[in-house]
Amino acid sequence: MKKHLAALRFAFPHTLPVLSGYTVLGAAFGILMTRQGISLLWIAFSSIFIYAGSMQFVAVALLATGFDLTETFVMTLMVNARHLFYGISFIQKYKDMGKIKPYLIFSLTDETFSLLCNATPPADVSAKWFYFYISLLNHIYWVGGSVLGGILGVLIDFWTNGLEFALTALFIVIFTDQWRHAKNHVPALVGVSSAVICRIVFGASDFLIPSMAMILIVLTALKKPLERRPVK
Amino acid sequence: MSYSGTELFLFFGLISLGTVITRALPFLIFRENRKLPKFVKYLSDVLPFTTIGMLVVYCLKDVSFTSAPFALPEIISIAAIAILHLVKKNTLLSIGIGTVLYMILINFVF
Repeated sequence: MKKHLAALRFAFPHTLPVLSGYTVLGAAFGILMTRQGISLLWIAFSSIFIYAGSMQFVAVALLATGFDLTETFVMTLMVNARHLFYGISFIQKYKDMGKIKPYLIFSLTDETFSLLCNATPPADVSAKWFYFYISLLNHIYWVGGSVLGGILGVLIDFWTNGLEFALTALFIVIFTDQWRHAKNHVPALVGVSSAVICRIVFGASDFLIPSMAMILIVLTALKKPLERRPVK
Repeated sequence: MSYSGTELFLFFGLISLGTVITRALPFLIFRENRKLPKFVKYLSDVLPFTTIGMLVVYCLKDVSFTSAPFALPEIISIAAIAILHLVKKNTLLSIGIGTVLYMILINFVF
């Protein structure tokens, strides 16, 4: 019990930026779903069992136009393909997670991934339960935000306009941290430049998959020099 | 459009399944007891850095640099966050001040 409390207490402050980001984005999702005539039960169901923000927003669009199940499934694989990256990065980190490993894998969202990329618990806090509580808290925020949006079903007022920037700010902070600690900035620059190039070439809604393809190609080409001057 | 419970269950269920596949696949392919292939080891070293770079761009994908206000709220806020973070090294402070600054900029300035 004590190790749980210690891990929870240490995990919670790390999740605060996600709390604001997920509450607002989750509420936006809930409101949009309500407008499609989807009940609170299904809003909660999708946030609990899908738990992938960008795909859930795509689901709103699919419900609005009438969906085809095959298209829905392929779309899910495409939109969520970036998770493969996260998984590969965390194979070693999640090696000894025991019974909670399936849940940790299931709940590895963009935000959980980026929090866990950098945060390391002190020696007296169990890493396993630290990862668990970060994952669980973020999941709760997302479900809570969606249910809240489903209940409210009203316009997000202007005073929250821009609050979603907390997520951008979170990524900027992590980027800055990584930049400070990295001995080699090439991997970060490859990520930024590939995404910028593909955003310009393919447009805002279709550039993620090309970006990831380009990143894989460039990183493969740079394997030798990058191994000679490692990033950490 | 209105949908039956079965339709909605299939719809959300398939999205859930697809999502779980993308999340679990790397862990299923590269089992922990086997030694990681060198290339995968290399990728898991560099990808966290590369992916965050890509996600920063992803967050800004809908920002227009060619029409007013020329992404100025984003540029100003991001510069403020990065500088504040380099100086103070306090994650919550950087995110909090950066977000409030952005909200002020888009609601009251631009």
